[in-house]
Amino acid sequence: MAQRMKPVDAVIVGFGWTGAIMAQQLCDAGLSVVALERGAAQDTSTGFATTFDQDELRYMWRHKLFQNVAHSTLTIRNNPGQTALPMRHLGAFLLGTGVGGSGVHWNGQIWRALPSDFRTRSHNIERYGAASVEGLTVQDWPVSYADLEPHYNTFDLLCGTSGKAGNLGGATQPGGNPFEGPRSAEFPNPPLTYTYGPALFADAAARTGHHPFPHPAGNLSRPYTNPLGIQMGQCTYCGFCEKFGCGNYSKASPQASIIPYVLTKPNFVLRSESEVLRVERTPDGKRATGVTYVDSSGAEFFQPADIVVLAAYQLHNVHLMLLSGIGPPYDPATGKGLVGKNYCYQTMANIEVFFDDKLINPFIGAGSHASVIDDYNGDNFDHSRLGFIGGAYIAALVTGGRPIEMTRTPPGVPAWGLDWKRAAAKYYRRSFNLSVHGSSYAQRGNGLDLDPTYRDQFGRPMLRMTFDFSPNDVKMSNYCADRAIEIAHAMGVSAVKPKRLKTPFDIVPYQTTHTIGGTMMGATPADSVCNRYSQSWDVSNLFVTGAGLFPQNFGYNPTATVAALAYLSAEAIKTRYLKAPGALVTA
Amino acid sequence: MTHADDPARGMIGRRQLFALGAAGALGAAARHDGMVGGTSERIAGTLPWADGQADAPDDAIRAGTAFLTTAERAFVTAAADRLIPPDPTGPSASQADVPDFIDRQLAGGFGHGEHYYLAGPWAKGLPSQGYQSRLTPAAYYRAAIAAVADHVGREHGGKAFADLAPTDQDAVLKALEAGKVDLGQVDAKQFFAMFLQNVKEGYFSDPLYGGNRDMAAWKMIGFPGAHYDYSEWVTRHGEPVPLAPVGLTGRPGWRKA
Repeated sequence: MAQRMKPVDAVIVGFGWTGAIMAQQLCDAGLSVVALERGAAQDTSTGFATTFDQDELRYMWRHKLFQNVAHSTLTIRNNPGQTALPMRHLGAFLLGTGVGGSGVHWNGQIWRALPSDFRTRSHNIERYGAASVEGLTVQDWPVSYADLEPHYNTFDLLCGTSGKAGNLGGATQPGGNPFEGPRSAEFPNPPLTYTYGPALFADAAARTGHHPFPHPAGNLSRPYTNPLGIQMGQCTYCGFCEKFGCGNYSKASPQASIIPYVLTKPNFVLRSESEVLRVERTPDGKRATGVTYVDSSGAEFFQPADIVVLAAYQLHNVHLMLLSGIGPPYDPATGKGLVGKNYCYQTMANIEVFFDDKLINPFIGAGSHASVIDDYNGDNFDHSRLGFIGGAYIAALVTGGRPIEMTRTPPGVPAWGLDWKRAAAKYYRRSFNLSVHGSSYAQRGNGLDLDPTYRDQFGRPMLRMTFDFSPNDVKMSNYCADRAIEIAHAMGVSAVKPKRLKTPFDIVPYQTTHTIGGTMMGATPADSVCNRYSQSWDVSNLFVTGAGLFPQNFGYNPTATVAALAYLSAEAIKTRYLKAPGALVTA
Repeated sequence: MTHADDPARGMIGRRQLFALGAAGALGAAARHDGMVGGTSERIAGTLPWADGQADAPDDAIRAGTAFLTTAERAFVTAAADRLIPPDPTGPSASQADVPDFIDRQLAGGFGHGEHYYLAGPWAKGLPSQGYQSRLTPAAYYRAAIAAVADHVGREHGGKAFADLAPTDQDAVLKALEAGKVDLGQVDAKQFFAMFLQNVKEGYFSDPLYGGNRDMAAWKMIGFPGAHYDYSEWVTRHGEPVPLAPVGLTGRPGWRKA
């Protein structure tokens, strides 16, 4: 029998980026808030101090900061005709765990989506005809770029994003991204400085008629104090961002940017190692009464709350919705249902470049240290005769030179033996990678639902992922990879090794941790799980944050949009919901 | 509006909160990587933190724990030295103590499958579904090495892998890599991939884990190791960075055995 806790105004499930943002917003509005985090408490100086943070084996390959699949995993298959099996070891995506979530070990790549990305279906039909979206279940977002702009800006100020605006209030700015939507303000900090690799790419891209600009970075180019009064340090280019925490307080993260503020609030409590099993509801199912959770001793608790916010990672939010029976579950075989629908990924290709005559020194790096072109992203280029929609940015992204992962050898060199060793010795310092980071558009056979066979440690059905890349995305990725190869040759490389998108989707090699969809937002309850304020259509005091809200994935890293949606939701709760609790959009 | 507090344990004063915070930090520091089941904490006011409790890598990783038998170690050493053979470019796998590294890894959390889901039911699965064995990595190594020994014995008149000529050793390894050898419950291709990965881990990881002796593998490729600050080198494009490599061991904040 669950022990009943004292009721609070809001309970937040998961304490990463969006959990912390919602806690800050709701606490500042005077609400009593409890956050439940299933992982451990972790802070910078204890968990990833500079004295031992640069440890590739422990953090990357032994998964120190990642979800431990021994205790929590999901099952995976490529299509509904196959039997899904458990992901027994992390690979393709590296889910976070504990306080800070995946925000601890991200690169800090802070992107805004294009205005046209929020109208994926309408925009492409208008420009290219109905055939352009055939076979895809893409939808329009119920929010526009203009709706999110102030909230993107809030997140930039929170993180101290380093970059150069390309569009200020509609006026194109030299040195920035000319394709981006209008910004209301310049970046809070100037861009990072290029090392050799990004400098070579920027030069070659400009010479070939492209529009290079510095990657918007959550790695700070100078010391900074954010609007919450939290001080952050200047990045030292140590090259240990992605898959690592930052011991230097110079990578924006929940720990570095917001949690210290939230924890000072007297109306806030965080409970670690407290795993939520399900959302509880009134007998008619229309209101959430709170959540049931288990602590590490195995004891069960019920936390009553007037507002429930699911702020766990996208996959876990979808899992909790399905386990709680909220919303019609999606069946990838029939295409019916909504919770779990439009699960998408990110379509990645990598172009490795080698130089006989240049020392690149890739170990001097940072998570978002790159020169980028956006010429082939979204609808920034004419797709009329290409046979696909969507696109990718191409980035000379030098995040570091961790040698187990990043000792590259030119094409034709075997994976082991003397030839490998000699090539590794020669090219480790003379190579880097162009990242081709593309959109992922939804198709009917993909989705998330409950596994019929495998159960988790609490006896609940595991989440089941059915996913493969759509033909549209394969064409898109290859087209953009070809463009990256052309620019690579303009850099004067001695060799190029393209690592194109591989099909079927394979859970073994690391690709990206950008899994999205499943609790998508939309215009009506007939086409979506949540409304434009991240509010469940079925349960009006339930809000769902995260990339699960995306109807499909654009060609950018999702975090800034995830944060902007959380701020938009918090604003609606504060200014409208608290005055008149109920549906914020009339169905 | 109600207050966020803990009714189950009564109201907690501010002084008690700090005490709880300190206790929580001690609890967190006692956890090893990959463990769950630390004490659930009620956290307010600040994240638990206490001086000198940084979660540095566990000293047990460096202890002389061993998993491999003499025969298994002979295979690991011989095979690793074909993957990274000796030559003037840099050390071989065994010259870099890679077999020690692998032995300790198999004896520790990695070998125990600390980050593997191993519960059933089990099915063979598709290549895109990755590792589907019920065996821990250590047990997987044991089963694989025994099966390779049987295979080599049959093909080479009872000889052990370590006693074959290098060209024959390479032929065996290439057959494993291509999945052309039946190893029974072990998938040859998957075992080879795991072994190659572990060899490269031992070669290139921080020396505190037992491999990469004298940081010679880092010196060979020109990686300066666990440096904290490259700021002055950012704009010096194309210049050699003559910093001697550094490892983590002995740096401040280290938890002593």
